Amino acid sequence: MTDQLASSLSAHDMASRNLQLTSDGQLRHFITLDGLDRAMLTDILDTADSFIEVGERTIKKVPLLRGRTVVNLFFESSTRTRSTFELAAKRLSADVLNLDINTSATSKGESLSDTLLNLEAMASDMFVVRHSQSGAPHFIAESVTPGVAIINAGDGRHAHPTQAMLDMLTIRQNKQRFEGLRVAIVGDILHSRVARSQVRALQTLGAEEVRLIAPGTLLPADVDSLGCTVEYDMRKGMADLDVVIMLRLQKERMEGALLPSEREFYRLYGLDTEKLALAKPGCIVMHPGPINRGVEIESAVADGPQSVILNQVTNGIAIRMAVMSMAMSGQVAERASRSRQQEGE
Amino acid sequence: MSTSLRIDNARLADGTAINLLARDGLIQAMGAEPVTGSAETVIDASGLTLLPGFVDLCCNLREPGNGQKGNIASETRAAARGGFTTVCASPDTSPVNDSGAVTNLIRDVARSSAAIRVLPVGAATRGLAGELLSDMVGLSNAGCVAFSNGTRAMANARILRRCMAYARTFDLTLMLQPLNDALAADGYAHDGKVAAHLGLLGVPEVAETASVMEMLLLAEETGVRLHLGQLSCARSVEMVADARQRGVSVTADVAMHQLVFTEEALSGFDSRYHVLPPLRTEADRKALLKGVEAGVIDAIVSQHQPHDSAAKQAPLGVTEPGMSTIESVFSMGLGLVQQGELSLAALLRALTAGPAGVVGAVSELKQGGEASLSLWDLEGQWHATPGNIQSRGAHVPVPGRPLSGVPHWTVAEGRVVYRLD
Amino acid sequence: MTDLPAVPALLDTLEQGLRRYLEERSIQHPLLVGIRTGGVWVASELHRRLGLDEPWGELDISFYRDDFSRIGLNPRVTPSHLPFETEGRDLVLVDDVIMSGRTIRAAMNELFDYGRPSSVSLVALLDMRGRELPIQPDVCGQQLTLPPTQRVKLVGPDPLTVEIREVKA
Repeated sequence: MTDQLASSLSAHDMASRNLQLTSDGQLRHFITLDGLDRAMLTDILDTADSFIEVGERTIKKVPLLRGRTVVNLFFESSTRTRSTFELAAKRLSADVLNLDINTSATSKGESLSDTLLNLEAMASDMFVVRHSQSGAPHFIAESVTPGVAIINAGDGRHAHPTQAMLDMLTIRQNKQRFEGLRVAIVGDILHSRVARSQVRALQTLGAEEVRLIAPGTLLPADVDSLGCTVEYDMRKGMADLDVVIMLRLQKERMEGALLPSEREFYRLYGLDTEKLALAKPGCIVMHPGPINRGVEIESAVADGPQSVILNQVTNGIAIRMAVMSMAMSGQVAERASRSRQQEGE
Repeated sequence: MSTSLRIDNARLADGTAINLLARDGLIQAMGAEPVTGSAETVIDASGLTLLPGFVDLCCNLREPGNGQKGNIASETRAAARGGFTTVCASPDTSPVNDSGAVTNLIRDVARSSAAIRVLPVGAATRGLAGELLSDMVGLSNAGCVAFSNGTRAMANARILRRCMAYARTFDLTLMLQPLNDALAADGYAHDGKVAAHLGLLGVPEVAETASVMEMLLLAEETGVRLHLGQLSCARSVEMVADARQRGVSVTADVAMHQLVFTEEALSGFDSRYHVLPPLRTEADRKALLKGVEAGVIDAIVSQHQPHDSAAKQAPLGVTEPGMSTIESVFSMGLGLVQQGELSLAALLRALTAGPAGVVGAVSELKQGGEASLSLWDLEGQWHATPGNIQSRGAHVPVPGRPLSGVPHWTVAEGRVVYRLD
Repeated sequence: MTDLPAVPALLDTLEQGLRRYLEERSIQHPLLVGIRTGGVWVASELHRRLGLDEPWGELDISFYRDDFSRIGLNPRVTPSHLPFETEGRDLVLVDDVIMSGRTIRAAMNELFDYGRPSSVSLVALLDMRGRELPIQPDVCGQQLTLPPTQRVKLVGPDPLTVEIREVKA
């Protein structure tokens, strides 16, 4: 069974790899971290480092995507995420079109496909896609004409790869390397696309241990297949941690009987000064935001010396600039090789 | 009008020679020796294997309803190509088959346009809403052979119990798909490894098994003749076997795709493999195969659900469930036989005598019996592609992969209803 | 086969030329900025020879190249590093080889995103023919003419040598 699991996952990884990479291994879409190897993730982090430097200049803009059109295709509204993608695209000198599309109007496939056809007619070069359905960017990447790069800005419970990569950048800035690190992700793992991408990123980059800390109701059914250690007791789970990542808790979780109350959740799984003291002394605290103070995290911890939550925001723009320019670059290379082939025929 | 048909030089599945003469839909003569007698149609079936016509207990013909997805004519043509000569039409049409008028409509359309026999299955509850009983006796008189609630669950156990008690009173068969709605919620994938990785909404195994247990206990108490449709879990097979041993009157079926695919098929968010119940684990698949082999599962069904392309062209979770399978059911099964996962005898039983027994249809080939059969080149291969199938539903299960067994002829009640070009 | 110049001699010429140039222009406190990677080696060598107090800067022009549409992004991009304010200063841009002039165009665009310098001068170790833009070095080590199938490259950093490479036409 284990062998089968490994081989089937590698088949999935293979498929994700083929979808996202050009024939010579360059990024052309950025949809999931599945199928991307350590060298690729490291390239993304390195490129983002260069964009961080750009962000420190008087003029924080480079001409890489000049004349290209980036469409922010948000089927699920999120002003925060959309703004960072918009800023990233603008700092790359792209023209940006923001489309907030009411999902109820496009819940049927026909109209989503129609929307895409219309956007293609506008000669877009890149879609940044946010959708409430897992797999929506996959579907879009498979159904749009080649030449349009798809960047996943969060799909359902599936993946949020730019968020995970900005978290990796933050970890690397603080801990230099991933080897030997013990990282815990705490809270609503079940519904979290961020957690799924973080787990994958940490495993690929070589972290020693990824620990999931949550009650059983907020973990996926087959949690063991994620290759993490699972801990129900947060106090025990804090031991030896280098990094603790707190996830956002949605209010709806109380209504679905997944949790009794915010108060009980905070008492058991909220990060307060006392619980943080159980981790390694230099343990850093992260949160993808927006924070529910007093639900996931105590204010004193969120604003404390171990918190790197604000660095995460700065890193978000750099990571998005990196994946956007890399994916566009892959599309450019592919277009060039396609036209060479056509000439050759 | 008299029709006659002679088949020369065929072989049965066990390899014995067979020749056959049919007149007016019935088999006049059959045997290893050549049969004499002239016939309007003479088929030289050298190299072909003669199989009894298949019976499908769960097939969506989409009529009455939205013609975009298919209709009785198109889908029975597809069924004929798949070697089926009898299909049970699921009641989840539009309008739902919950009144004698709809049943009559289906039978009328079938009489004029169906390639093969269509047996209507009535809705157990009005509008399949799971709340009010339908006029089961009236539906039965109109021609419904059994009663099902489609893919929908009963509102609660009390209604399920009353539905069973009522059906028992009039000796009617209930064909129910076990599913606990509250546990299944909005799920569309097996709640396992692939769902955990891809963040798919899961249907836990217990959404089926809890319902199987409830149905078995209520069937035992009410004494109804219960048929459990489209099992997907290993535990369900065990529970059915136990109940039978206790003497509960229960039969069961499984969809062919459950015997071939697992949850892994969804790895690439491929909406074709969005089916309900969802494709489950390798262990479940193996247990279902064993169940068919042992006869605990009486029938293999197509659970054919043709769709227009838009229904499948969307992010996985908002696509409609179901595959267009009826033309490839036997070929998929033959693939399992060739891989040594299922015996040919069990496969044939589950496509003929097994399902026929559940709805009181005939499938046996015998002197004086109905001439419903098909002729196959079992060694041959074909590819199911959206362009070369008869069904309106283009979402075939394995495009591009060769399928085993090429149907050459299908004969329903003595008439040729499919022949290979 | 063209005789290849020795790098130390080229650097001597460059140093003398640059000293003269700075004197003529009365530039007291130049800031050296090398273009990665060869230009940085040359800049650090000139920095040592001129005995400048302030550090030299390094530019990675990957984000400013004009051939993104053809070849995409350089996969080995590293951050530019200018450890000083450029506003109102006299910058000396240093590269190993000038040919089309496109690299210098990109470098100047990048420099101006850091602020408005008082002046920018250009120093190149080797000047190849084949200019495609109206850009000329103020100081250069030597002019060099090669057949169209050959390119020259600075290899280093220790020791610095010049190599000829064949390119596809």
